[in-house]
Amino acid sequence: MSSAMLAEHDNYLYKEFGWWAWLTTLDHKRIGVLYTITITALFFIGGSAAALIRLDLITPHSELVSIETYNKLFTMHGVIMVWFFLIPSIPATLGNFLVPIMIGARDLAFPRLNLASWYLFVAGGLCAIYALVAGGVDTGWTFYTPFSTMFSNTHVFAVVAGVFVAGFSSILTGLNFIVTIHQMRAPGMTWFRLPLFIWSMYATSLILVLATPVLAMTLLLIAIERTFEIGVFNPALGGDPLLFQHLFWFYSHPAVYIMVVPAMGVASEIISCFCRNPVFGYRFMAYAILAIAAFGFLVWGHHMFVSGQSAYAGTVFSLLTFLVSVPSAVKVFNWTATLYKGRISFEAPMLYALGFVGLFTIGGLTGLFLASMGLDVHLHDTYFVVAHFHYIMVGGAVMAFFGGMHFWWPKITGRMYPEAWARFTALLMFVGFNLTFFPQFILGYLGMPRRYPEYPPEFQVWNVLSSAGASILAFGYALPLFYLAWSLRHGAQSPANPWRAKGLEWQVSSPPPSENFLTTPIVTEDAYAYSGTGSPHG
Amino acid sequence: MNMEHLPLFPEAASSIANQVDTLYFVWLGLSGAVALAVAVMVVWFAVKYRAGSTADRTLVEDAEHHRRLRWIEITWSAIPLVLFLGMFVWSTEVFYQGATVPRNALPVYLVGKQWMWHVEHPGGEREIDELHVPLGRPIELVMTSQDVIHSFSIPGFRVKQDVLPGRYTRLWFTPTRPGDYHLFCTQYCGADHSRMIGRVVVMEPTAFEHWLSAHAGAQTMAARGAARFRQYGCSGCHGANATVRAPRLEGLFGKPVQLQDGQSVIADERFIRDAVLLPNRNVPAGYEPTMPSYRGQIGEEELLEIIEYVKSLDNVTQEVVR
Repeated sequence: MSSAMLAEHDNYLYKEFGWWAWLTTLDHKRIGVLYTITITALFFIGGSAAALIRLDLITPHSELVSIETYNKLFTMHGVIMVWFFLIPSIPATLGNFLVPIMIGARDLAFPRLNLASWYLFVAGGLCAIYALVAGGVDTGWTFYTPFSTMFSNTHVFAVVAGVFVAGFSSILTGLNFIVTIHQMRAPGMTWFRLPLFIWSMYATSLILVLATPVLAMTLLLIAIERTFEIGVFNPALGGDPLLFQHLFWFYSHPAVYIMVVPAMGVASEIISCFCRNPVFGYRFMAYAILAIAAFGFLVWGHHMFVSGQSAYAGTVFSLLTFLVSVPSAVKVFNWTATLYKGRISFEAPMLYALGFVGLFTIGGLTGLFLASMGLDVHLHDTYFVVAHFHYIMVGGAVMAFFGGMHFWWPKITGRMYPEAWARFTALLMFVGFNLTFFPQFILGYLGMPRRYPEYPPEFQVWNVLSSAGASILAFGYALPLFYLAWSLRHGAQSPANPWRAKGLEWQVSSPPPSENFLTTPIVTEDAYAYSGTGSPHG
Repeated sequence: MNMEHLPLFPEAASSIANQVDTLYFVWLGLSGAVALAVAVMVVWFAVKYRAGSTADRTLVEDAEHHRRLRWIEITWSAIPLVLFLGMFVWSTEVFYQGATVPRNALPVYLVGKQWMWHVEHPGGEREIDELHVPLGRPIELVMTSQDVIHSFSIPGFRVKQDVLPGRYTRLWFTPTRPGDYHLFCTQYCGADHSRMIGRVVVMEPTAFEHWLSAHAGAQTMAARGAARFRQYGCSGCHGANATVRAPRLEGLFGKPVQLQDGQSVIADERFIRDAVLLPNRNVPAGYEPTMPSYRGQIGEEELLEIIEYVKSLDNVTQEVVR
């Protein structure tokens, strides 16, 4: 089953070419590609909103857009980036493509369900875009009640419907991955031989399946209160506005782990490969992923320390938040230790992965500031929070997404990307990101609130710095669009295993054949069986 | 460049501000040390063990090696755990200080509405988007919202509390430095959220007395409440000469009330609010649930005045009309 045995065009990309073949495909790899194209488009829509926000914030008086428009911009930025980019980013693209191949299976357990989940995602995305075109929404991505149910007269219903529908695509993907990982592992692929990327997909799927229904229910309740004025959240109708926040964060805190756990999986694959070393503390890393996913369900109240929630409840949530941060901290130490006595090379995926580790570390550490109740009172709903979660979700998750895209690009497309451009872009993103978001920590401690198009003039210098960084970051995000597209036609043909990496996906040709494996592989060694330290043949 | 344009910290102008800042600096120190350590290790390894370097990579994978690995893993799990628990205890203690209102605090009432802050002092002085307070005296804000959720935040004091419709939340502080401070709404509340701002003015006690007397209303809050009490017909049942059997309100505030269902609740602001708007929620033991609801008829400010009136009935002998 080496690439030499296959004719050049006998792979999943060329078999049955044409629109219809692609739109009705049941091949997990093609569905992964469909998702990639879809979320890339949505990323640039969400990114445009962010660009306008940063432009507007250069001056203290919102001179670029009206404050109503500004409110709609940050809402659409949040809604699109969270639900239509970050949540599906790694699982629906790389996960769809890699989960079956990495465990030695021919497809996911339910290929039709997989295609259905993409159509649901597209339908949800169209709903959200309709709301954008029809005039926008001004609730913020958090939809806090009773503002969203009784006071906003924008297109709340369309957006809520879009997120609701897209949620089912999450649930179906999660279900598919869980069943596939349980049932379809190749002979010899035991649980503790699974690559950490698979562990991360497994943990993420558990969260998707368990948390998303709560979001669906909550959004439905918003629609019901808004449409029929049945009091659920609005106290004027006998409801409880804090109930909404509990339900919303019960989903939305684990949702952060939906974004960052896959990133941890990607980083583990890349770092191990480019150090020629097994991941340090493999078992601990696998357990930590599961622990983070499980404990992630018990910390939602740390979003509500000043909401009027009982101080005792807050205390418990604070304690649990500190506990969940221990495995995250140890993961950072383990990645660092993986470098020890390796043979490290710095191809672009490695630069992205190291960038992920750095930004995730800063994001995680500043999360501890916010977990401290006595300090969170001052920091809550300021730019400190904005900076913190962008470090995790953009610095962490998006860097890892780009790292993964570069790492597996030769596998997915059969072409090498231009290395120099990719390295330059990784550096540009890292610098641009820090310049954009680091000043926001300072702004936050100074007290600048979130969601303010207008602000006191003494905050201006930090805002200008942040916007300057954003222009670099925007450039960094736009570049791969060009050089990756260029590589599709002009990139060098990729061999089956350009990185000399371990893992079943590197044993099949690039791009893989439609059925992944012509004969079922038999796994005889642990993940990351790099010959490791001391060997010149790593 | 003039450092005034690159501020790093807001002024620390309340009794709790320095404690919050200390927490912040300790976290900055700790997390800076961890981040630096990780960065140094990554760069060091990246240089030393770069592909092609001649660094020694031999590892003897014997029992001693595995024992050492286990100790490394235990150590770097345990150290963060202990540190985090210590910081948890400390920061929670600071939070509880902020959550426990001192007994001698001066109450001020506040209603948030799209998009303004309406303040009323017990003496009847009213302000919009401004809050005048005396230096060195604990101030307790009793807050509610007329529409959506707002959040009352004074960065210079390091305090913040969401302001909710349908319930009362509290926030207290002791100002320690005279001056003007920003007041922000920090919970997104619709179109003019960023304009729901104002200033807090901390004054020397004598200057504050002057300010009070210059802005005194015709009546105290309690007196206005007494007028509402008659206007809405409350006094017909709850007043001194009432013939209908309804609970008397003198000395009620802050005391436990026995309910029909056997439970007991403290008669606080929320209890009175519920009694007016949702009279069937807490029916006192021994009374028929005959009270009509005033939902939709009474504004938030009026409710606060009535509450202040009921509070003033603490001293039974005084009918409070100035």
